[in-house]
Amino acid sequence: MSDRRRLAALLPAIVAAAVLAVIVRAVWSLPPEAEGLSVAVSRVAAESGIDNKITVVLLDLRGYDTLLEVAVLMLATVAVLSLREDRDALYRRISERAAPVLAALTRLLVPLALVVAVHLVWVGAVRPGGAFQAGAVLGAAGILLALSGYARPQWVGRGAMRSALAVGLLTFLGIAMLSIVAGGELLEYPEQSRKTLILVIEVLLTLSIGASLVSLFLSSASEGPKEAGR
Amino acid sequence: MNPATLYPLAGAFLFATGVYGLLARKHLLHKVISGNFLGSGVFLVLIGLAGRSSAESPDPVPQAMVLTGIVVTVALTALALALIKRYHTATGLTTFDPVDEEQL
Repeated sequence: MSDRRRLAALLPAIVAAAVLAVIVRAVWSLPPEAEGLSVAVSRVAAESGIDNKITVVLLDLRGYDTLLEVAVLMLATVAVLSLREDRDALYRRISERAAPVLAALTRLLVPLALVVAVHLVWVGAVRPGGAFQAGAVLGAAGILLALSGYARPQWVGRGAMRSALAVGLLTFLGIAMLSIVAGGELLEYPEQSRKTLILVIEVLLTLSIGASLVSLFLSSASEGPKEAGR
Repeated sequence: MNPATLYPLAGAFLFATGVYGLLARKHLLHKVISGNFLGSGVFLVLIGLAGRSSAESPDPVPQAMVLTGIVVTVALTALALALIKRYHTATGLTTFDPVDEEQL
Protein backbone atom coordinates (compact mmCIF):
# COMPACT_ATOMS: atom_id res chain seq x y z
CA MET A 1 0.00 0.00 0.00
CA SER A 2 1.45 3.32 -1.03
CA ASP A 3 1.69 6.25 1.36
CA ARG A 4 -1.05 8.04 -0.51
CA ARG A 5 -3.48 5.18 -0.13
CA ARG A 6 -2.59 4.74 3.52
CA LEU A 7 -3.32 8.41 4.11
CA ALA A 8 -6.61 8.12 2.24
CA ALA A 9 -7.59 5.23 4.51
CA LEU A 10 -6.65 7.20 7.63
CA LEU A 11 -8.37 10.41 6.64
CA PRO A 12 -11.94 9.39 7.61
CA ALA A 13 -10.73 8.35 11.06
CA ILE A 14 -8.96 11.69 11.52
CA VAL A 15 -12.04 13.66 10.43
CA ALA A 16 -14.30 11.57 12.71
CA ALA A 17 -11.94 12.09 15.67
CA ALA A 18 -11.89 15.83 15.05
CA VAL A 19 -15.71 15.94 14.90
CA LEU A 20 -15.90 13.93 18.13
CA ALA A 21 -13.49 16.32 19.84
CA VAL A 22 -15.47 19.38 18.79
CA ILE A 23 -18.83 17.97 19.97
CA VAL A 24 -17.43 16.68 23.27
CA ARG A 25 -15.85 20.07 23.94
CA ALA A 26 -19.14 21.81 23.10
CA VAL A 27 -21.12 19.50 25.41
CA TRP A 28 -18.61 19.95 28.28
CA SER A 29 -18.72 23.72 27.96
CA LEU A 30 -22.52 23.84 28.50
CA PRO A 31 -23.80 24.63 31.98
CA PRO A 32 -24.84 21.41 33.78
CA GLU A 33 -28.28 22.81 34.58
CA ALA A 34 -30.41 24.94 32.32
CA GLU A 35 -34.09 25.70 32.34
CA GLY A 36 -34.34 25.81 28.57
CA LEU A 37 -37.83 26.70 27.46
CA SER A 38 -39.83 24.48 29.85
CA VAL A 39 -41.30 27.40 31.76
CA ALA A 40 -42.31 29.34 28.65
CA VAL A 41 -43.89 26.22 27.11
CA SER A 42 -45.78 25.42 30.35
CA ARG A 43 -47.34 28.87 30.23
CA VAL A 44 -48.60 28.44 26.66
CA ALA A 45 -49.77 24.88 27.44
CA ALA A 46 -51.89 26.21 30.30
CA GLU A 47 -53.46 28.78 27.96
CA SER A 48 -54.27 26.38 25.15
CA GLY A 49 -55.79 23.66 27.31
CA ILE A 50 -53.47 20.97 25.93
CA ASP A 51 -51.47 19.45 28.76
CA ASN A 52 -48.95 17.48 26.74
CA LYS A 53 -46.19 20.03 26.27
CA ILE A 54 -44.63 18.17 23.37
CA THR A 55 -47.92 18.31 21.44
CA VAL A 56 -48.14 22.04 22.17
CA VAL A 57 -44.62 22.59 20.84
CA LEU A 58 -45.21 20.41 17.78
CA LEU A 59 -48.52 21.77 16.61
CA ASP A 60 -48.74 25.23 18.10
CA LEU A 61 -45.40 26.83 18.94
CA ARG A 62 -43.36 25.16 16.23
CA GLY A 63 -46.23 24.41 13.86
CA TYR A 64 -44.18 25.54 10.92
CA ASP A 65 -41.62 22.79 11.62
CA THR A 66 -44.29 20.15 11.79
CA LEU A 67 -46.04 21.38 8.64
CA LEU A 68 -42.79 21.19 6.67
CA GLU A 69 -41.93 17.86 8.22
CA VAL A 70 -45.20 16.39 7.00
CA ALA A 71 -44.47 17.93 3.59
CA VAL A 72 -41.06 16.22 3.59
CA LEU A 73 -42.66 12.89 4.44
CA MET A 74 -45.24 13.28 1.64
CA LEU A 75 -42.58 14.35 -0.87
CA ALA A 76 -40.43 11.35 0.01
CA THR A 77 -43.46 9.08 -0.37
CA VAL A 78 -44.27 10.53 -3.79
CA ALA A 79 -40.62 10.13 -4.83
CA VAL A 80 -40.45 6.53 -3.61
CA LEU A 81 -43.75 5.71 -5.30
CA SER A 82 -42.50 7.09 -8.60
CA LEU A 83 -39.20 5.22 -8.28
CA ARG A 84 -40.74 1.82 -7.66
CA GLU A 85 -40.24 -0.81 -10.30
CA ASP A 86 -43.38 -2.81 -9.72
CA ARG A 87 -46.26 -0.38 -10.23
CA ASP A 88 -48.83 -2.73 -8.76
CA ALA A 89 -46.90 -3.85 -5.69
CA LEU A 90 -48.96 -1.64 -3.44
CA TYR A 91 -52.31 -2.84 -4.69
CA ARG A 92 -51.83 -6.46 -5.65
CA ARG A 93 -53.92 -8.99 -3.84
CA ILE A 94 -51.66 -11.58 -2.34
CA SER A 95 -53.26 -14.91 -3.05
CA GLU A 96 -51.19 -17.07 -0.77
CA ARG A 97 -52.39 -17.20 2.78
CA ALA A 98 -49.95 -16.90 5.64
CA ALA A 99 -49.17 -19.81 7.96
CA PRO A 100 -52.00 -20.39 10.50
CA VAL A 101 -50.08 -19.03 13.48
CA LEU A 102 -49.20 -15.80 11.66
CA ALA A 103 -52.76 -15.48 10.38
CA ALA A 104 -54.18 -15.89 13.90
CA LEU A 105 -51.66 -13.46 15.34
CA THR A 106 -52.53 -10.91 12.65
CA ARG A 107 -56.24 -11.23 13.37
CA LEU A 108 -55.43 -10.52 17.00
CA LEU A 109 -52.87 -7.77 16.53
CA VAL A 110 -54.41 -5.61 13.83
CA PRO A 111 -57.61 -4.64 15.70
CA LEU A 112 -55.49 -4.10 18.81
CA ALA A 113 -53.15 -1.84 16.83
CA LEU A 114 -56.11 0.17 15.56
CA VAL A 115 -57.39 0.67 19.10
CA VAL A 116 -53.89 1.65 20.27
CA ALA A 117 -53.58 4.14 17.40
CA VAL A 118 -56.91 5.80 18.24
CA HIS A 119 -55.93 5.86 21.91
CA LEU A 120 -52.56 7.45 21.11
CA VAL A 121 -54.13 10.27 19.10
CA TRP A 122 -56.70 10.92 21.76
CA VAL A 123 -54.34 10.97 24.75
CA GLY A 124 -51.85 13.00 22.71
CA ALA A 125 -53.42 16.12 24.19
CA VAL A 126 -52.63 15.23 27.78
CA ARG A 127 -50.08 12.43 27.92
CA PRO A 128 -47.28 11.07 25.71
CA GLY A 129 -48.76 10.19 22.34
CA GLY A 130 -49.84 12.07 19.25
CA ALA A 131 -50.15 11.85 15.50
CA PHE A 132 -46.70 10.50 14.77
CA GLN A 133 -46.74 7.69 17.30
CA ALA A 134 -50.28 6.74 16.29
CA GLY A 135 -49.34 6.92 12.60
CA ALA A 136 -46.44 4.57 13.21
CA VAL A 137 -48.74 2.04 14.93
CA LEU A 138 -51.28 2.36 12.11
CA GLY A 139 -48.53 1.88 9.51
CA ALA A 140 -47.24 -1.18 11.33
CA ALA A 141 -50.75 -2.68 11.30
CA GLY A 142 -51.03 -2.07 7.55
CA ILE A 143 -47.64 -3.63 6.85
CA LEU A 144 -48.48 -6.64 9.02
CA LEU A 145 -51.74 -7.12 7.09
CA ALA A 146 -49.93 -6.95 3.76
CA LEU A 147 -47.12 -9.27 4.87
CA SER A 148 -49.44 -11.93 6.19
CA GLY A 149 -51.37 -11.98 2.93
CA TYR A 150 -54.75 -10.69 3.96
CA ALA A 151 -56.60 -9.37 0.95
CA ARG A 152 -57.23 -5.69 1.23
CA PRO A 153 -60.85 -4.57 1.20
CA GLN A 154 -62.22 -3.76 -2.24
CA TRP A 155 -62.60 -0.04 -1.49
CA VAL A 156 -58.94 0.41 -0.59
CA GLY A 157 -57.67 1.10 -4.08
CA ARG A 158 -55.43 3.68 -5.61
CA GLY A 159 -57.90 6.50 -4.97
CA ALA A 160 -58.44 5.69 -1.29
CA MET A 161 -54.71 5.23 -0.69
CA ARG A 162 -53.80 8.51 -2.35
CA SER A 163 -56.56 10.42 -0.59
CA ALA A 164 -55.35 9.04 2.74
CA LEU A 165 -51.81 10.13 1.85
CA ALA A 166 -52.79 13.67 0.94
CA VAL A 167 -55.54 14.46 3.45
CA GLY A 168 -53.25 15.16 6.43
CA LEU A 169 -51.00 17.65 4.70
CA LEU A 170 -53.86 19.35 2.85
CA THR A 171 -55.94 19.78 6.01
CA PHE A 172 -52.95 21.06 7.93
CA LEU A 173 -52.17 23.53 5.14
CA GLY A 174 -55.82 24.55 4.86
CA ILE A 175 -56.19 25.25 8.57
CA ALA A 176 -52.82 27.03 8.60
CA MET A 177 -53.92 29.33 5.79
CA LEU A 178 -57.44 29.81 7.11
CA SER A 179 -55.95 31.95 9.87
CA ILE A 180 -54.49 34.30 7.24
CA VAL A 181 -57.95 34.74 5.76
CA ALA A 182 -59.26 35.42 9.26
CA GLY A 183 -56.72 38.19 9.56
CA GLY A 184 -53.98 36.49 11.59
CA GLU A 185 -50.60 35.02 10.81
CA LEU A 186 -49.90 31.68 9.15
CA LEU A 187 -50.59 28.84 11.62
CA GLU A 188 -52.16 31.12 14.17
CA TYR A 189 -55.14 29.20 15.52
CA PRO A 190 -58.17 31.17 16.66
CA GLU A 191 -58.11 31.23 20.45
CA GLN A 192 -61.43 29.50 21.18
CA SER A 193 -61.09 26.61 18.72
CA ARG A 194 -57.36 25.96 19.18
CA LYS A 195 -57.81 22.60 20.87
CA THR A 196 -60.41 21.33 18.38
CA LEU A 197 -58.36 22.33 15.35
CA ILE A 198 -55.22 20.68 16.74
CA LEU A 199 -57.19 17.49 17.36
CA VAL A 200 -58.59 17.51 13.80
CA ILE A 201 -55.09 18.00 12.37
CA GLU A 202 -53.73 15.21 14.59
CA VAL A 203 -56.38 12.68 13.53
CA LEU A 204 -55.96 13.32 9.80
CA LEU A 205 -52.18 13.44 10.10
CA THR A 206 -52.29 10.01 11.75
CA LEU A 207 -54.13 8.63 8.74
CA SER A 208 -51.67 10.20 6.30
CA ILE A 209 -48.58 9.13 8.22
CA GLY A 210 -49.88 5.56 8.47
CA ALA A 211 -50.67 5.47 4.74
CA SER A 212 -47.31 6.93 3.86
CA LEU A 213 -45.39 4.41 5.99
CA VAL A 214 -47.29 1.55 4.37
CA SER A 215 -46.61 2.99 0.90
CA LEU A 216 -42.91 3.49 1.65
CA PHE A 217 -42.59 -0.10 2.83
CA LEU A 218 -44.68 -1.89 0.24
CA SER A 219 -43.43 -0.02 -2.82
CA SER A 220 -40.05 -1.67 -2.28
CA ALA A 221 -41.56 -5.01 -3.28
CA SER A 222 -40.49 -5.89 -6.78
CA GLU A 223 -40.94 -9.50 -7.80
CA GLY A 224 -44.57 -10.40 -7.58
CA PRO A 225 -46.55 -11.83 -4.70
CA LYS A 226 -43.88 -14.20 -3.41
CA GLU A 227 -41.40 -11.40 -2.93
CA ALA A 228 -43.95 -8.88 -1.76
CA GLY A 229 -42.88 -9.14 1.83
CA ARG A 230 -39.14 -8.92 1.44
CA MET B 1 -20.85 11.83 35.48
CA ASN B 2 -24.61 12.32 35.41
CA PRO B 3 -27.01 11.27 32.64
CA ALA B 4 -27.21 14.86 31.35
CA THR B 5 -23.57 14.59 30.23
CA LEU B 6 -23.39 10.84 29.60
CA TYR B 7 -26.13 10.86 26.93
CA PRO B 8 -24.72 13.79 24.92
CA LEU B 9 -21.25 12.21 25.06
CA ALA B 10 -22.63 8.89 23.82
CA GLY B 11 -24.46 10.87 21.13
CA ALA B 12 -21.23 12.57 20.10
CA PHE B 13 -19.56 9.16 19.81
CA LEU B 14 -22.45 7.85 17.66
CA PHE B 15 -22.25 10.95 15.47
CA ALA B 16 -18.48 10.54 14.96
CA THR B 17 -19.00 6.84 14.14
CA GLY B 18 -21.53 7.92 11.52
CA VAL B 19 -19.12 10.46 10.04
CA TYR B 20 -16.42 7.78 9.82
CA GLY B 21 -18.77 5.30 8.17
CA LEU B 22 -20.04 7.86 5.70
CA LEU B 23 -16.49 8.65 4.59
CA ALA B 24 -14.77 5.28 4.87
CA ARG B 25 -17.45 2.83 3.71
CA LYS B 26 -17.99 2.45 0.01
CA HIS B 27 -21.12 0.28 -0.08
CA LEU B 28 -24.15 2.53 -0.49
CA LEU B 29 -26.20 0.64 2.12
CA HIS B 30 -23.36 1.18 4.61
CA LYS B 31 -23.50 4.88 3.84
CA VAL B 32 -27.24 4.99 4.52
CA ILE B 33 -26.76 3.16 7.82
CA SER B 34 -23.94 5.56 8.70
CA GLY B 35 -26.26 8.45 7.98
CA ASN B 36 -28.77 6.93 10.41
CA PHE B 37 -26.00 6.61 13.03
CA LEU B 38 -25.24 10.26 12.52
CA GLY B 39 -28.87 11.28 13.00
CA SER B 40 -29.30 9.08 16.08
CA GLY B 41 -26.22 10.76 17.55
CA VAL B 42 -27.85 14.17 17.12
CA PHE B 43 -31.08 12.90 18.72
CA LEU B 44 -29.19 11.47 21.69
CA VAL B 45 -27.35 14.77 22.23
CA LEU B 46 -30.60 16.75 22.10
CA ILE B 47 -32.51 14.39 24.40
CA GLY B 48 -29.60 14.31 26.85
CA LEU B 49 -29.45 18.10 26.95
CA ALA B 50 -33.23 18.31 27.44
CA GLY B 51 -32.72 16.49 30.74
CA ARG B 52 -30.69 19.34 32.21
CA SER B 53 -33.85 21.16 33.15
CA SER B 54 -34.61 21.02 36.86
CA ALA B 55 -38.35 21.48 36.25
CA GLU B 56 -40.61 18.49 36.94
CA SER B 57 -40.35 17.35 33.30
CA PRO B 58 -37.52 17.65 30.73
CA ASP B 59 -37.46 20.59 28.32
CA PRO B 60 -40.16 19.76 25.70
CA VAL B 61 -38.63 21.77 22.83
CA PRO B 62 -35.64 19.46 22.13
CA GLN B 63 -37.99 16.47 22.48
CA ALA B 64 -40.33 17.89 19.84
CA MET B 65 -37.35 18.62 17.60
CA VAL B 66 -36.17 15.01 17.91
CA LEU B 67 -39.66 13.75 17.10
CA THR B 68 -39.64 15.90 13.95
CA GLY B 69 -36.14 14.67 13.17
CA ILE B 70 -37.13 11.01 13.44
CA VAL B 71 -39.90 11.44 10.86
CA VAL B 72 -37.56 13.25 8.49
CA THR B 73 -34.98 10.48 8.99
CA VAL B 74 -37.57 7.84 8.10
CA ALA B 75 -38.46 9.76 4.92
CA LEU B 76 -34.82 10.26 4.02
CA THR B 77 -33.90 6.62 4.63
CA ALA B 78 -36.81 5.34 2.56
CA LEU B 79 -35.95 7.64 -0.32
CA ALA B 80 -32.26 6.72 -0.15
CA LEU B 81 -33.11 3.01 -0.19
CA ALA B 82 -35.46 3.43 -3.15
CA LEU B 83 -32.78 5.35 -5.05
CA ILE B 84 -30.14 2.73 -4.26
CA LYS B 85 -32.46 -0.04 -5.41
CA ARG B 86 -33.16 1.76 -8.67
CA TYR B 87 -29.45 2.52 -9.14
CA HIS B 88 -28.62 -1.13 -8.55
CA THR B 89 -31.23 -2.28 -11.08
CA ALA B 90 -29.91 0.19 -13.64
CA THR B 91 -26.16 -0.37 -13.20
CA GLY B 92 -25.72 -3.57 -11.19
CA LEU B 93 -23.43 -1.65 -8.83
CA THR B 94 -23.65 -1.23 -5.06
CA THR B 95 -21.05 1.56 -4.90
CA PHE B 96 -20.49 4.75 -6.85
CA ASP B 97 -17.19 3.59 -8.32
CA PRO B 98 -16.73 0.30 -10.25
CA VAL B 99 -13.14 0.13 -8.91
CA ASP B 100 -14.46 0.00 -5.35
CA GLU B 101 -16.99 -2.59 -6.43
CA GLU B 102 -14.20 -5.07 -7.21
CA GLN B 103 -12.55 -4.54 -3.84
CA LEU B 104 -15.65 -5.35 -1.84
